[in-house]
Amino acid sequence: MTLIVVSLVIFIAVNALPGDFAQAVLGQGATDEAVAAIRKDLGLDQPYFYRYFTWLGGMLTGDLGVSFAQMNFASNMGGTQLKGVLEQIAPRFMNTMFLAGVTAAIAVPFAVILGVLAALYRNSVFDRATNITTLTSISSPEFFLAYILILFLAVLNPVFPSLSNIFEGMGFGERLEKTMLPALTLTLVVTAHMMRMTRAAIINLLASPYIEMARLKGISPMRVIVVHALPNALAPIINVIALNLAYLITGVVVVEVVFVYPGIGQLFVDSVKIRDIPVVQACCLIFAAAYILLNLTADVLSILSNPRLRHPK
Amino acid sequence: MSRFTRRGLLKTGAAAGVLAATGVPAAAMAKRGGTLRLGIAGANTSDSWDGRTHSDSYMIMLGHGTVFDCLTEVNAAGELVGELAESWEASPDAITWTFNLRKGVTFHNGKPFGADDVIESLQMHTAEGAKSAAKPIVASITEMKKLGEHQVQFTLAAGNADFPYLLSDYHILMFPAGQIEEAIAKGIGTGMYKVESFDPGVRAVVSRVDGHYKDGKAGWFDSIEQIAINDSSARMNALMTGQVDAVNRVDFKTEALLKANPGVEIFEVTGNQHFTFPMLTNTDPYSNVNVRKALKYGINRQEMVDKILLGHGAIGNDHPIGPANQFYHSELEQLEYDPDKASFYLKEAGMDSINVDLSAANAAFPGAVDAAQLYQASASAAGININVTQEPDDGYWSNVWLKKPWCACYWSGRATEDWMFSTAYESGVPWNDSHWENARFQELLITGRAELDTDKRREIYHEMQALMSAEGGTIVPMYANYVDAHSTKLANSGTIGNLWQMDGSRISERWWFA
Repeated sequence: MTLIVVSLVIFIAVNALPGDFAQAVLGQGATDEAVAAIRKDLGLDQPYFYRYFTWLGGMLTGDLGVSFAQMNFASNMGGTQLKGVLEQIAPRFMNTMFLAGVTAAIAVPFAVILGVLAALYRNSVFDRATNITTLTSISSPEFFLAYILILFLAVLNPVFPSLSNIFEGMGFGERLEKTMLPALTLTLVVTAHMMRMTRAAIINLLASPYIEMARLKGISPMRVIVVHALPNALAPIINVIALNLAYLITGVVVVEVVFVYPGIGQLFVDSVKIRDIPVVQACCLIFAAAYILLNLTADVLSILSNPRLRHPK
Repeated sequence: MSRFTRRGLLKTGAAAGVLAATGVPAAAMAKRGGTLRLGIAGANTSDSWDGRTHSDSYMIMLGHGTVFDCLTEVNAAGELVGELAESWEASPDAITWTFNLRKGVTFHNGKPFGADDVIESLQMHTAEGAKSAAKPIVASITEMKKLGEHQVQFTLAAGNADFPYLLSDYHILMFPAGQIEEAIAKGIGTGMYKVESFDPGVRAVVSRVDGHYKDGKAGWFDSIEQIAINDSSARMNALMTGQVDAVNRVDFKTEALLKANPGVEIFEVTGNQHFTFPMLTNTDPYSNVNVRKALKYGINRQEMVDKILLGHGAIGNDHPIGPANQFYHSELEQLEYDPDKASFYLKEAGMDSINVDLSAANAAFPGAVDAAQLYQASASAAGININVTQEPDDGYWSNVWLKKPWCACYWSGRATEDWMFSTAYESGVPWNDSHWENARFQELLITGRAELDTDKRREIYHEMQALMSAEGGTIVPMYANYVDAHSTKLANSGTIGNLWQMDGSRISERWWFA
């Protein structure tokens, strides 16, 4: 249901973009006849509601259509072998998932550990320094962070390559090395949110009577936090982690462009540029679905982590 | 920076072999080996091996510069030489052309190359429903006849002395007859390099073909990896950090930083690419030749080159023929910024001052809006009040160009004078963006097309440039350079082609590792 509302919003937004595929592809060669011919080929001359329902109908049966670029190409060739949008997106989506996976593997433990430590040594120099650094990095635009990392880790100290052009058949190690800089950039972007949430959730609990009890028993502060406070703080932490994971899939557009990473974000930018509506719509839909699914997972997990919700009276 | 070049081969290409031979001394220093890594802008996920659809640098380089061949080729010095054609001959009226094809050439799949391939490859452009930019070229051929396995005869609708030049166009690639669809899907050509992998909009890897007909003259790299990097900072970074060996389209703003890097060298040529301000001369006040002249003297061309191109260009002279053209008129009197002359012509037109609208958007060319504002400032000294209208980038070519009486525009230029003029300045053609009518100009255009004598052609084209410069309806303030950069590990013959960026987009064939 949510997805259908989302699909309507996507359709309206994408079609509200000025210009269209015919004009974008023809550029200077956009004579009235040529534009009309391409529009006719692609069905862009059909009324909006007709196009929306054809697209929606296709989507419900798992057919996201064929990209305009492919269709235009095929009409040049006499119309044969068409690659569907899904086929086009799939490898790119896998790449984006890989980047998100690497980032999550670094960022989630990093953020949670930082959060726990910050809660443990709250108001100390360490806590303040962590807060300042992570808040600075989340407040800077992503491309700026990316360039800073490139400057320090690729130009001045060539540790990692600045170009993340991974491709099929590349070894895992090499792929990991090439993915490192974009992953680190994204880590810097998402850490602050998760770390602050962890810290806040734990500190919140530290005022509870049962923590006081634990402390009175003489348990070490570290143990109090990890064993007693953390499990009860999991629900909000999981929520914020899920939110950030969704961001890793949908928000990577700029980072992918800066590092030339062949993920879905780059495909999205390319497609918006030439107004390839089927691809843009499909990407938007995938982004929306990722958000919805991860939020759902977060809700399920937070219920599971909370005995009161698991066993309602 | 390479200056303009003279190209004089016309009636017969028999000398092509001699010219190719003169290229050997430079190439003698060349050596084989290594993998060239290129970071190239202008890539798209919709890219394919179909030459008809090629329009941006990434595929122009991979297509006609790497994997495929054309019948003829413009070499680095700007001369026309044979590529898959060995020699050619024209009838005296330039209507019938006979091409002798190179023998013993095979496609990457082993199929031998011959006359059928030429005919079928050309027919692709006029096929039903095909959208090819080279359609007008092929449509001018009324008959294609196979005289032998390696000889083809073309009959044109009207004489065209530039016909062999037109066949060097990057759209007109040679595909294997009967297997064109497969060849487009897989990239099967006759070029120096065969496709190993191709991921549109991302990356292409090609490797050198053994026993190629260009061996010893070109193709020094063992393999080439062409990476699509559309983002300009990422491209510059990739070169600076040594992850690619050469990049195209250097960002003028960061060029100084690149220059400061000892491992990087900039290479820059002035070609035919030019920026224009066309006015519709059938609309008032532009129909008045004195108003047009006033506008011509009201623009400060040098200032535009300095501020819009940051020095990476040359001033224009209100005609579209550039330094990479054969008959570029370098001695033509240069139009200079002169407010007194501008107001003089304005008075001739019976006015003290004039108000005109100039439509511009950066879609026309990078910095077009700034250029229009510079124009506004310089023209105001002569009593010309230019009102700059900033138009949206989207739909600029459909809604503003050819529609608004005065706007900004760009042309990448054409390899031949006739091609350029007949694309945008012949009366009645769809892209004639100034609607300029001049009987003498049109007459010269028709005469020049069928004239085979080089000296007479030079005279004709020089007169046409002079006519346009003096009275035409298009302001051509500047030629924009092709600015590319390479690592010092690469070497070249010392002559860099100026027809397209990246050494006529043939860096993969022509360069080598020092």
